[in-house]
Amino acid sequence: MCTMIAQQVKILGRGKSGPEWFDVREANVSYDHPYDLPLEHALNIDFVNEAMGPGARVAVELSVDAARQLVRTIQAVLAEADQRGVLEDCPVVAVPARESSTA
Amino acid sequence: MAHAYQTDQYEGMIAETVSMRGHNGDTINAYVARPLGSGPFPGMVVIHHAPGWDEWYRECTRKFAHHGFVSISPNLYFRDGHGTPEDVGAKVRAAGGAPDTRVLGDLEGANSLLRSLPYVSRKIGVFGTCSGGRQAFLAGCKLKGFDAVIECWGGRVVMSKEELTPSQPVAPIEYTKDLSAPILGLFGNEDKSPTPEQVNQHEAELKKHSKQYEFHRYDGAGHGFFYYDRAAYRQEQAMDGWKKLFAFTDRTLR
Repeated sequence: MCTMIAQQVKILGRGKSGPEWFDVREANVSYDHPYDLPLEHALNIDFVNEAMGPGARVAVELSVDAARQLVRTIQAVLAEADQRGVLEDCPVVAVPARESSTA
Repeated sequence: MAHAYQTDQYEGMIAETVSMRGHNGDTINAYVARPLGSGPFPGMVVIHHAPGWDEWYRECTRKFAHHGFVSISPNLYFRDGHGTPEDVGAKVRAAGGAPDTRVLGDLEGANSLLRSLPYVSRKIGVFGTCSGGRQAFLAGCKLKGFDAVIECWGGRVVMSKEELTPSQPVAPIEYTKDLSAPILGLFGNEDKSPTPEQVNQHEAELKKHSKQYEFHRYDGAGHGFFYYDRAAYRQEQAMDGWKKLFAFTDRTLR
């Protein structure tokens, strides 16, 4: 890509791409060319499981404004859950990988 | 651009995936398209863009064959796994792109394969868009055996120190003095990577080292204005770009 602005974070979660859910273990966040959003550059997030190959991927491509609003919204939702005492946190590294289903 | 063929002439083409030796002698795959006949035809190494080894590049490889080239597009992401071009391209995007050293090894392998074919003339060009434009320029500077370089909107030829990475440790512009072939550059004036200012720097460096170059910059076009499958497509500028491209290869590779 032509900006090569990309970072990866280890995550814990499940994602759905096609009919099946699978473990997502990494989130690749980039500001670079999107595949489908008709912009030259976009904030791209790929939720992936590298151990399962390139096809284990849930992709979103966001405008900058959408990405900023999403970040604020995630923070606000987590803050509210924390305030109400319902957060159930789990360190990313503490949970073993589940048996992978097909991506 | 329409090829100036006659309606009563014979025409044929073979296009297929092949295996080839790339960087470090690794086996990778490539897409090859060539006109039927004994030639000799000039060769063209076609470097796919950052989004991947995709359908546009299949068609681009065949377009060069239609215009009389034996063209080869190596899969620069072969070692990154297999899947849809988008999924593999996204993986490489997350990794910050393919390493320059590996890419150059693969392009050298593609050049060697072309030179081994009995129907290829001694003239071989290299073409690339986006990251492939950058890599085409790199190939023209770092490898021997290319007789023409076509760089289309090569982003990050000019790089700040902060942009350098272990995979891309040197800004290609630093190698300008080593460029060993004429270069054609096509750029959109609304592009953000490379910006018009970066294209100015690129051109100034070519001028400084007395390199044979031809840059065309298009108003009303940004990045990737050849890509008919993207919003960036600009029909008028793209058609003029192809026309200039084939005029350039007529002068340098025929």
